[in-house]
Amino acid sequence: MKVLVGYKRVVDYNVRIQVKPDGTGVVTDGVKLSANPFDDIALEEALRLREKGLAEEVVVVGIGPADLTAHLRNGLAMGANRAIHVQTADAVSPLTAARTFLKLIEKEEPGLVILGKQAIDDDANQTGQMLAALWDRPQATFASKVEITDGKATVTREVDAGLETIEADLPAVITTDLRLNEPRFIKLPDIMKAKSKPIDVIELGSLGVDAADHIKTTHYSAPPKRSKGVMVKDAAELVAALKQKGLL
Amino acid sequence: MTKILVIAEHLDGKLNGATARAVSAASAVKPDAIDILVLSDAPDAVAAEAARIDGVSKVLTVARSENAHALAAILAPQIAKAAVGYSHVFAPSTTFGKDLAPRVAALLGVSQVSDVMSVEAPHSFKRPIYAGNAIVTVEVDAGSTVVATIRTASWPAAASNGSAPVEVLGIDATLPSHTRFVGLQQGKSDRPDLQGAPKVVSGGRGVGSKENFEIIYKFADKIGAAVGASRAAVDAGYVPNEMQVGQTGKIIAPELYIAVGISGAIQHLTGIKDAGTIVAINKDGEAPIFEIADIGLVGDLFKILPDLEAALG
Ligand SMILES: Cc1cc2nc3c(=O)[nH]c(=O)nc-3n(C[C@H](O)[C@H](O)[C@H](O)COP(=O)(O)OP(=O)(O)OC[C@H]3O[C@@H](n4cnc5c(N)ncnc54)[C@H](O)[C@@H]3O)c2cc1C
Repeated sequence: MKVLVGYKRVVDYNVRIQVKPDGTGVVTDGVKLSANPFDDIALEEALRLREKGLAEEVVVVGIGPADLTAHLRNGLAMGANRAIHVQTADAVSPLTAARTFLKLIEKEEPGLVILGKQAIDDDANQTGQMLAALWDRPQATFASKVEITDGKATVTREVDAGLETIEADLPAVITTDLRLNEPRFIKLPDIMKAKSKPIDVIELGSLGVDAADHIKTTHYSAPPKRSKGVMVKDAAELVAALKQKGLL
Repeated sequence: MTKILVIAEHLDGKLNGATARAVSAASAVKPDAIDILVLSDAPDAVAAEAARIDGVSKVLTVARSENAHALAAILAPQIAKAAVGYSHVFAPSTTFGKDLAPRVAALLGVSQVSDVMSVEAPHSFKRPIYAGNAIVTVEVDAGSTVVATIRTASWPAAASNGSAPVEVLGIDATLPSHTRFVGLQQGKSDRPDLQGAPKVVSGGRGVGSKENFEIIYKFADKIGAAVGASRAAVDAGYVPNEMQVGQTGKIIAPELYIAVGISGAIQHLTGIKDAGTIVAINKDGEAPIFEIADIGLVGDLFKILPDLEAALG
């Protein structure tokens, strides 16, 4: 089985995001970029499937500008067999990303596609579900446990009510939640090895993807700030303050 | 005509309160009609509850045995058919809606607006990105169906004084058998529901263990609060996943939020930004939680919580 993994590059989760004063975007110049944490988890899960003998090949997929290569090399250093770089200068919407994956699926015929449940930049939480719909295959979103047996995946999902388990025939799309696994660290020798692993570069324009976007972002603003509060010195003062506000 | 179809979320024959919040957002669009769609194996009780929500024009039900569990692959094709003639399709931004709505959007061939915080115009909305550290205004093309999930913490639940008619909807959709429900392990609790409770007490890594978490439950019970937790507390196994508050857990807006032994990472704060009053109890006076807390108390939680209980009498 071949596993396709979505591997998006985003602003690192530790960066304090600043909105540009003119409202045209957020500041990204000189800001640290990293793999989307959910995608590292997706890649880790795929590698574990390969290590268990349940998958033969793990392919990381990135959609983005020419300088995405270094990021994809990290995915290769973590252990992916090869990478596909769908090149485009513009950020793509979840729908376009899903349509792009569908094109790659037609060619690659994977048994499983693992994506992060959301990317921590746009927080959209859409691509996996959209891909599963367009592909007409099962989706198992927000996965915290995955078991592959006899052509099907049994997936435990983190839902508001607790933990839901579903069964999905393969091929299928899985999206990862944080507790699925802890991704491995990249070791120096692996970085060297990754240099010789192949990266296919494909122009997004050459895939014939309908990149029509129905949604435009027209303005960015900073969230309203909460004003600084007061400190109390002990439990009695806290109770008094809450009673005064009518909260107790 | 602006007509909005709101997808009802329900479990065990009860309507989830998030549905009435999605109806509030639908009302803000000032549409000609708001209809609620109930997909279930036995929709009657849920439909009756939905019919009482203020502002609802009618409730549509689809009763099929395949709808016994909310599997997106099964529900989405039915919703895509039901959506014909509607300008908007709304679902709450709960794990139910987040799983389902993008699948519907893709079947309709449109992008989705996730986590709507405010309605600027019928095709213009505000939503958070970067864990709520930036807010964007988005505009959906005039001609395309708006599929959106509604950030429940931004909207009050619409009241329940209405009496909309309930109609059976015939939908002819072939449903896949490739996805099957196996089971749901639900946390059993007599405490208020985290997503709707006016008061919430949350514990973090500072609580130290599953056993120690009893001190949080005890205090919460004393003031009638729901109990939440940070990701670190869930990861460490102190409490189950459904209690996680934050960017990747539940986004809540209680009147009172008390964070105990929680440092205040941005991913946690995302989940509580809309709370009325935030109280922080932490032994580290430099913890970032104090930057956003309305009332802060520096000290050892194992001393402060019993003191609070004593002070409450
Ligand atoms: C992609 C991503 C998504 C995430 N999503 C979420 C999310 O949804 N929700 C979430 O919560 N986190 C989330 N996180 C994790 C987040 O970054 C923090 O790691 C986490 O919130 C820390 O939890 P904590 O505050 O309980 O633990 P810590 O940061 O370890 O803080 C523990 C606090 O307890 C205090 N303390 C210790 N002992 C005592 C005592 N006896 N009395 C009083 N105070 C005490 C300490 O001073 C400290 O401030 C996410 C991270 C990533 C990367």
